[in-house]
Amino acid sequence: MAFQYDRYIRGGKLPHIWCPGCTYGIVFKSLLRVVDTLAISKDDIALVSGIGCASRLPGYVDFNTLHTTHGRALGFATGIKMARPDKHVMVVSGDGDATAIGGNHFIHACRRNIDITVLVFNNYIYGMTGGQYSPTTPSGHMASTMPYGNVDPSFNIPELAKGAGASFVARGTAYHAAGLDKLLIEAIRHKGLSVVEIINACPTTHGRRNKFKSPTDMLLWMKDTFMPVAAFEKLPPEKTAGKFPIGVLYRKEGLPEYCETYYGLVERLKRQREGRV
Amino acid sequence: MGKIKLLQGNEACAEGALYAGCTFFGGYPITPSTEVAEYMAKRLPQIGGAFLQMEDEIAAMAAVIGGALAGKKALTATSGPGFSLKQENIGFAALTEIPCVIVNVMRGGPSTGVPTGPGQSDIMQCRWGTHGDHPVICLTPAYVQEIFSETVRAFNLAEKYRTPVIIAFDEIVGHMRERIEIPDPGVLPVQDRTKPTCPPSEYLPYDESKGDVPPMANFFEGYRYHVTGLNHGSDGFPVNASPRIHTDELRLLRKVESNRADIVRFEEYLLEDAEVAVFAYGISGRSAKTAVEAARKAGIKAGLFRPLTIWPFPEAQVAALSARVKGIVVPELSLGQIILEVDRCAKGRCRIEGIYRVDGDPINPAQILAKVKEAN
Amino acid sequence: MSGRYEIRFSGSGGQGLILAGVIFAEAATIYDKKNAVQSQSYGPEARGGASKSEVIISESVIDFPKATEIDLMLALTQEACFKYYKDIKPTGTLLVDEDFVKEVPKGAFKVVRLPVIRTASEEIGKAFVANIVALGAITAITKQVSIESVEKAVLSRVPKGTEDLNKKALMAGYDLARGREN
Repeated sequence: MAFQYDRYIRGGKLPHIWCPGCTYGIVFKSLLRVVDTLAISKDDIALVSGIGCASRLPGYVDFNTLHTTHGRALGFATGIKMARPDKHVMVVSGDGDATAIGGNHFIHACRRNIDITVLVFNNYIYGMTGGQYSPTTPSGHMASTMPYGNVDPSFNIPELAKGAGASFVARGTAYHAAGLDKLLIEAIRHKGLSVVEIINACPTTHGRRNKFKSPTDMLLWMKDTFMPVAAFEKLPPEKTAGKFPIGVLYRKEGLPEYCETYYGLVERLKRQREGRV
Repeated sequence: MGKIKLLQGNEACAEGALYAGCTFFGGYPITPSTEVAEYMAKRLPQIGGAFLQMEDEIAAMAAVIGGALAGKKALTATSGPGFSLKQENIGFAALTEIPCVIVNVMRGGPSTGVPTGPGQSDIMQCRWGTHGDHPVICLTPAYVQEIFSETVRAFNLAEKYRTPVIIAFDEIVGHMRERIEIPDPGVLPVQDRTKPTCPPSEYLPYDESKGDVPPMANFFEGYRYHVTGLNHGSDGFPVNASPRIHTDELRLLRKVESNRADIVRFEEYLLEDAEVAVFAYGISGRSAKTAVEAARKAGIKAGLFRPLTIWPFPEAQVAALSARVKGIVVPELSLGQIILEVDRCAKGRCRIEGIYRVDGDPINPAQILAKVKEAN
Repeated sequence: MSGRYEIRFSGSGGQGLILAGVIFAEAATIYDKKNAVQSQSYGPEARGGASKSEVIISESVIDFPKATEIDLMLALTQEACFKYYKDIKPTGTLLVDEDFVKEVPKGAFKVVRLPVIRTASEEIGKAFVANIVALGAITAITKQVSIESVEKAVLSRVPKGTEDLNKKALMAGYDLARGREN
């Protein structure tokens, strides 16, 4: 039987705001399937976002949902998680939201290793405002604020997350949707901060300006560009140019999780007070 | 009989928050408010509460709103530059109607200004700091004991009206130590947010038919709903270019405006027969009290109006005062901000004289006395 | 402002003068049930250079909390002495450390010279209790707070294990200044 998405989608809130050809719907459906597979109660999830196209996703799903200010989703999510460490807190963000205006919060959430799952929808552009270049726009690409081609170097989001201390880092794409389900399951199960970069396509503001003839072209580009990490690592160095790995890129189990450490301290103080040191 | 202590204003603020049931603090170090964070960092882990020092002021404000939405009474404390950084998220809390308390221990400004000196030049920012129309409640205690009790009141107002409440005092009262009596639990009233009683399927988080302050569900309690900084309908979902936006923003203002009798608090001192009044709050209010006493000794009928609620502004009270005195003297540690409000309410019925100072020292009673003599 | 008594503790950051001010204010408020306000230097100057702490004591409520007409000022360093003496009122007292403040500013106020730091380092054997020696001297000179209350306040504030040392320091200062009152 086909998956019943209706059980997770709020009645009357569709159609969504995403453009024809946008790949966010693929990720959206993957997230719903994964929550179902993990059998997490809808009451026990807070889904938090900032500003941008990806940040509209929480409005459509029947969880506790919070659509905040640009770049600040992780600040709000950190507050929620510290208040209720027993609950699942997830963040959906875009490349600009997470790594430009929200870059500071992103690296510090990684450093704390707080148990939040962060999905970064990387479509290489500021879509909602009409196609300005972001910290992940490839060199030379056209954007409304780079009319002569992008001169601004870009971030590698998984490397940024790993360097900042995240204990689970993965990359998937909207094209490799079945693999994405598996990555999201692992990310949500992981105790600590997990980052999943999800490569997406914005045909309207990125593809059109950059010689992608159709949305399909952009998906085919994903198919050709991204390969499973195991295969990627077997490539001779001269063949890795223009290729990127997908899958779990970094994982470290057993690192202290922020809420556990903090509430461990609370417990220790309590024991001291009661003379049970 | 409660506990007697000698505490700094900032410490009394933290004690007031704890008394009110605050179990969540999110902050960032900044002079002269840091002692609030330090006190909470020590006390919150002892009582199982959450203390977070965030990566910046913006994240601190965000965390506080997140904590409050997850059911906690949440506090942040900051000063000038940090208060500027928090503004966008304060507006978010106002529009999404999430109760929280923001302390601004005012220092000199703009920019880095005078971090270790008192200021009162953020007072208009307290009212208009975030963009857009929005309700504001701002309290201005001047004594350490008052900082304690007004902090308790700030939490009560935040919970009662589902709105951020700002407490604005200055470096001098934040840092000085005075005797304070911390009352036993139950002596001061403590208010909690009204929660919905309807089944979750019927819950509308912004249902205007439930009154100007609709019941608030916390996250994770079965009432799954959407919170957005976009203008929204009764159900919390975004609306675009709808007449609802206009009526809903009016409701937000009405939460405060139609409850002035409950929110506006002030001290009137020797005003019954006064011919000259001083309007002053915070440290300037303390100086003014000494000046008014000295004026009385000199045979001048002077009195003091000291607001404990500066926003909403005590409009009716100042209007009535202006009708029965010859002049109102307004000392403030700014170059003339709150005097604009006094002037607006006095509508030319009496003389309005300002005393301004922004060099990092308070206005002395002697300066105020001289102006009172002039205005008499 | 009758009944108002203003004290300024000054010296260099790290000499414990802020703590001395806090203890004196606690003695006045918590133990002697008077009104008091304590304030101090903030920022870099509290960690070195000239620094000050002020206590105002009164029978009635204290509204204006800054010291402007000082009844007694303590100066433990030459720099602090010249930086802060100007608010001493003509009938006030300037109490200086006789070894570290050689030059005393001219004024109508009375000057009392005491070997505060020497007493701490030689008689008590610990230079860091100079603030407590000074507190004893100030208690004797000002007569604003009872020595019993100051002793209680000292004992509630100092680290465990140093109670006797601090008690001795307090009394040494008190004895040093008795007879040198206003």
